[in-house]
Amino acid sequence: MEYLLIFISAIFVNNIVLSQFLGICPFLGVSKKVETALGMGAAVAFVLTIATIVTFLLQKFVLDAFGLGYLQTIAFILVIAGLVQMVEIILKKVSPSLYQALGVFLPLITTNCCILGVAILVIQKDFNLLTGVVYAFSTALGFALALVLFAGIREQMSLSNIPKGMQGTPIALITAGLLAMAFMGFSGIV
Amino acid sequence: MNNFKVLMNGIIKENPIFVLLLGMCPTLGTTSSAMNGLGMGLATLFVLVCSNVVISLVKNIIPDAVRIPSYIVIIASFVTLLQMAMQAYVPALYSTLGLFIPLIVVNCIVLGRAESFAAKNTPLSSLFDGLGMGLGFTLALTLLGSVRELLGTGKIFEIVIFPEHYGMLLFVLAPGAFIALGYLIAIINKFKKA
Amino acid sequence: MKKLESSLKNMLLVLTGITVLSVAILAYFNELTKEPIAQANMKILNDALMSVVPGFDNNPVADSDTIYKMKGEVKTVDFIIYPAKKDGEWVGTAVQSVSLGFGGDMTVLVGFDSEGKIYDYSLLSHAETPGLGSKADVWFKKGEPGDIIGQNPGDKPLSVDKDGGEVNSITASTITTRAFLNAVNAAYKAYLTGEVEGVSGATESAIDSEITATENKE
Repeated sequence: MEYLLIFISAIFVNNIVLSQFLGICPFLGVSKKVETALGMGAAVAFVLTIATIVTFLLQKFVLDAFGLGYLQTIAFILVIAGLVQMVEIILKKVSPSLYQALGVFLPLITTNCCILGVAILVIQKDFNLLTGVVYAFSTALGFALALVLFAGIREQMSLSNIPKGMQGTPIALITAGLLAMAFMGFSGIV
Repeated sequence: MNNFKVLMNGIIKENPIFVLLLGMCPTLGTTSSAMNGLGMGLATLFVLVCSNVVISLVKNIIPDAVRIPSYIVIIASFVTLLQMAMQAYVPALYSTLGLFIPLIVVNCIVLGRAESFAAKNTPLSSLFDGLGMGLGFTLALTLLGSVRELLGTGKIFEIVIFPEHYGMLLFVLAPGAFIALGYLIAIINKFKKA
Repeated sequence: MKKLESSLKNMLLVLTGITVLSVAILAYFNELTKEPIAQANMKILNDALMSVVPGFDNNPVADSDTIYKMKGEVKTVDFIIYPAKKDGEWVGTAVQSVSLGFGGDMTVLVGFDSEGKIYDYSLLSHAETPGLGSKADVWFKKGEPGDIIGQNPGDKPLSVDKDGGEVNSITASTITTRAFLNAVNAAYKAYLTGEVEGVSGATESAIDSEITATENKE
């Protein structure tokens, strides 16, 4: 039951992009087409879930055990950077077509604030491993949802008449704001 | 390149937020008030300058293939130093900015400048570039923070301009961040074209 | 100056070197800032303590009792009780209590005077919505719409108007208000059962030894 709560809350109520402001760069940059949005969402879901597991174990068995809490930032980001490299290499060998599809996004994921952000949040919220993984996966789904919704809207918008000064980023941001407002409506659920 | 030009470049011509559109996460997440925006901007400025200078100093002993992980270690170290200092000397600001301080590590501006400027220029120029970009970032953040605080609560830097119940609470919340930034960029684009 | 070539040896050497150097520097600074950080945290707590209970001259933090609860295998802090004394006389107690608010845990430090009335409170940390639930830091203070100062939760537990109580809920933040009042009511219960001096005798000594036992186990 608690897992369902976390699942719903991470996707809708506290959506990582629309209410916690993590993952904005890819949100604005990779959301011009629904296809690419889906691809990015999938890549992030994959990396985020694995990264959460690894950083969690690292925190509990190394950082906490030896009182090295202050090395959290540096350790986590190195783990994430390494993971992304590994995923790229493995994907290239195991599924070249998937690698092609996700290709460009993978290196971008390292600097995606939501990966590091979620890794740190899981520790801060004092989850255990399973809860942390549920949280991470749900967050990634929320990210993908926000991205796909946004991409859908932007695809429509590219066919509309937009005042010159607002074209491009400004109208994208305002649209995102309206989307965020819509998501605020979910806050009554939990 | 003239160092003063480098400095001004970061503030105006290639302002990281309004022009390059980098570093969006902290821009939206920490600008609920002018003070928070300013604090975040200065924190990032510190990391930018330090990492730019150090990376420029060691650029020749870092083999090309490991440059990104090396830059990341250097940047992460400065961020951690910043975390410790903030916790000790400005704990209130530290707890307000919360998660976004360690996230400076993945701020595209920092790694971006390291890769595109510091790795190819002298330490002194890199210092000015870091300073310029950092100032541009701080300016943008403080501006957005002020707009949001003013429209949302009628105050700027806690100085009351008009009574709070005329404010639109929306601007202090998530959607308001997007909308305020959107309009700001639109206005700035208008000025650029003029 | 030519860049170092990307041989495996160089790569490993440089990356390891940089990492080791960074970790060493960070370890040094960690030691350096441990004291200031602890002091900064102490100051925040002491400032809060001074504002929530009547004037004291003891050291409430040194005299504090921590009550734990077991969450499965993990021992978590439930309440921290800070007795305040002046000239050896007990003048009040501050209780730190946590409840689940709208956005996450909400930590409140409630100060009770020697009669069990609320003297003042301080919202130590929260994750509520800025502009809405975050108003909890002042909403319930003297003169504010949700004034609870001077009330005694022992007479009747505090509850929000929507639940039939008398406390005005923060506009559009009933959940935050409920969570806050829950924290205050729970703090009062802890104040009663965990108090070192005052209140009833029989329950008091049993609980006293329970608390001492908890302290010894730490």
